[in-house]
Amino acid sequence: MQKEYDVIIIGGGITGAATLRDCALRGLSSLLIERGDICDGASGRNHGLLHSGARYAVTDREGAEECIRENRILRRIASNCVEPTDGLFISLPEDGLDYQANFIAKCREAGIDAQAIDPAEALRMEPAINPAIIGAVKVPDAAVDPFRLVDAHILDAQRHGAEILKFTAVASLVKEDGRVVGVKTSKGDVLRAKEVVLAAGIWTADIAAAAGVRIGMMPSKGALVIYGHRVANMVINRCRKPANADILVPGDVVSVLGTTSDKVPMDACDDMHATPAEVDLLMREGEKLVPSLARTRIIRAYAGVRPLVVADPAGDGRNVSRGIVLLDHEERDGVPGLITITGGKLTTARLMAEMATDLICRKLGSTAVCETANRPLPGSEGRKPGFKDPFNKRAAIGRHGTEIGKMDFEKGGEILCECENVTRAEIEYAVKNFGVRNISDLRRHTRIGMGTCQGSFCIRKVARVLAEYVEASADELVYEYRQERWKGMTPVLWGDTLREAEYMHKVDGNEI
Amino acid sequence: MNNLEQCLKCNLCTLVCPMMEVNPAYPGPKKAGPDGERYRLKDPAFFDYALKYCLNCKRCEVACPSDVHIGDMIQSARIKYGSQAHIRGRNGLRDWALASTDLVGSVASPIAPVVNGVLKMKPVKAVMHGVLGVHKNRTFPAYSSRKFSSWFRKQDQSGFDKYVSYFHGCYVNYNYPELGKAFVKLMNAAGYGVHKLEKEKCCGVALMSNGFADKARSQGEVNLASMRKAVAAGEQVLTTSSTCTFTMRDEYADVLGLRNEDVRDSLMLATKWLYEKISEGEVKLKFRKDFRMKVVYHTACHMQKMGWQVYSIAMLQMIPGLELTVLDQNCCGIAGTFGFKKENYEWSQEIGGKLFSDIESSGADVVATDCETCKWQIEMSTGKTVLNPVEILAEALEY
Repeated sequence: MQKEYDVIIIGGGITGAATLRDCALRGLSSLLIERGDICDGASGRNHGLLHSGARYAVTDREGAEECIRENRILRRIASNCVEPTDGLFISLPEDGLDYQANFIAKCREAGIDAQAIDPAEALRMEPAINPAIIGAVKVPDAAVDPFRLVDAHILDAQRHGAEILKFTAVASLVKEDGRVVGVKTSKGDVLRAKEVVLAAGIWTADIAAAAGVRIGMMPSKGALVIYGHRVANMVINRCRKPANADILVPGDVVSVLGTTSDKVPMDACDDMHATPAEVDLLMREGEKLVPSLARTRIIRAYAGVRPLVVADPAGDGRNVSRGIVLLDHEERDGVPGLITITGGKLTTARLMAEMATDLICRKLGSTAVCETANRPLPGSEGRKPGFKDPFNKRAAIGRHGTEIGKMDFEKGGEILCECENVTRAEIEYAVKNFGVRNISDLRRHTRIGMGTCQGSFCIRKVARVLAEYVEASADELVYEYRQERWKGMTPVLWGDTLREAEYMHKVDGNEI
Repeated sequence: MNNLEQCLKCNLCTLVCPMMEVNPAYPGPKKAGPDGERYRLKDPAFFDYALKYCLNCKRCEVACPSDVHIGDMIQSARIKYGSQAHIRGRNGLRDWALASTDLVGSVASPIAPVVNGVLKMKPVKAVMHGVLGVHKNRTFPAYSSRKFSSWFRKQDQSGFDKYVSYFHGCYVNYNYPELGKAFVKLMNAAGYGVHKLEKEKCCGVALMSNGFADKARSQGEVNLASMRKAVAAGEQVLTTSSTCTFTMRDEYADVLGLRNEDVRDSLMLATKWLYEKISEGEVKLKFRKDFRMKVVYHTACHMQKMGWQVYSIAMLQMIPGLELTVLDQNCCGIAGTFGFKKENYEWSQEIGGKLFSDIESSGADVVATDCETCKWQIEMSTGKTVLNPVEILAEALEY
């Protein structure tokens, strides 16, 4: 008799990973299936902003309340993924102060601690911001590393018995007598489950459609640029009606500016990249937040797709929700065995998972309660890098917290990626714990090649190490990585990034 | 200016770093500078204790094709984060004593014969080595019983049409007034009278490298205020030490954040000023016909950073009968107070090795260099006499 899981979750983004963890903690036998590596979609292509909810306070009270609740939970359970930077909403002369009073009132109604502060005080707290500001509000925004957050969820799920199948696409949903009973993979295997959860972001619509279920989704493209170092240590927002390029987030050792919002066709979702026009717009607006951005090197540009759900499939897109959408297809479409969890935000993924898992438990007759808000994720047991730690360990401690104990620094202490201080020990840990095919995958689980030189100098060393573990030669690994990096460098190829690219070309010779 | 963004990671700085070559514990200029800075901006916990090994020779900055201020970045990080990392550690007293050149000099000078005698005694050296952490092979430059400033007060410098101001520095004042006397003789021969600055403090280089930046800053303010007065009176401020000059011209602004742009261009080494005056035809010097000396010139690191070795070399070449060879540019390894510290001694000597053997095989009578700490290091390590170009010029004068 073929194994039947309680739950199969489709999609290795934050929503799927959080759902997998919740299911595992509630004792359900669960499998997550992902066509690529984790965070290949929107979860790996966003700001890395842990919303306080302030941005939504004026327009979406419910969303704002969800954000602040989840913000507090994640600070507690994911301390190695979250940097408690706090955020500022600054008012420029052109914005006026009209928005600010209502903004503060709405934040407070939603339970968000929004404090108006004097512009001079704001400049002392964060000297990088535009000195022309006429007002500022401090809110508990924070930075979150989405890759690390997803990894931590998956590790915890696995340690509670869950399974993960990466690099395997779902070819179709398997239906018997009108009920979804599992999935058929692109390799032809059939995997059976009592409930199948769609958590595939924008790709959810296509998978559901193949099973005769219609979900109206509207892909909305958001482009972002990465500046080479931290120009500010707080999240900087504009205090006005949300618009383009008005958030700057200090993400680890870089700064991420975004974003745009443009409707794109479904078939464009598999090849998302930022255009020069989007980069121009971001730069123009970004300098208003932090003037020194005009002189700071942009190391790459990228874009992601927000999985927005159209409540009325026949509608024109105006009635679009950025809130959490949980669909019980048994009730909605008469297709039992299938659930969709989508919409929402990186910040609220844990809550989305809780809602989805509550529904799964009801269907399966389980009374297990959700514990995800109370249990720290692996690595998050409070370990922070300090002066007493050997220097080559500190960056890895910052990234992986207590997981550092699983890395062999005796044998693999040498730093391979010098921009991001990634050692052989960390690479081997990532290979063994997360499963990688190539350097792009490895990058998500470490920070290899994400620094200023974008892998110009370390990638050959890294490829030689990785080639010991995967079925690819070092040259093939280097080639794959370079193609992927070029995509992000092309829209910003001037100045120091162009010089760097030419240098990279010289290092590689004519093979690449 | 923090321009870490311009670093392409080409590693030219790594290639020229003298410390990297001998000490595997030093991460090198790229990692300690722009790479480390990105992480320090995120969290001061990423300050690396090993930054203490940086000699501040600035050879990385000379090599950098992207003009990244690597050395400044490292110096600034040591100042900003050093105290949190307990960089001074258990040798705090020694570091303070080595850095407090003015105070120690003022105390030692009046009792110079005693101090000089005591500092040479083997048991004293053993105690300094064991307790204080000053290496036993090091000889402290002897203190002079008469300070340069006391000597200068008795000199009649009236009656000149034109004047220059002199920043003599601690070494000339407390240890080696001969160089100051040579400077005065040379300036007078050039037709210029000499004024001392109204007030002069140690330039602060030893304070900065030992973690006493605030003290360095307040001393810098005093020096800059005095220089402003001299410049307002139309006088050039001249020096005879490349490191003091470099510190006050570049490190004041780049590392300590002092504003010195109003006096920076008026502050220079005597050899550069003389070379320019001679080129313009404003000064003529007459040298002895019977002067004979075989000299090798050593370019001090900070001299190379300023690019001014050409002036000292050109000045020496003006002396008939002086046979000059310019040595390859290598660090002597002392780096101010660095080499005096017990734990750094071996590295210091290993770094200087190439230079010492070049000097020994040169057959020269005298080594010329513009830096006093290079002088101590070369004299200790080779036994050769080391003179400042200003001393050689003064000695060769027909006067």
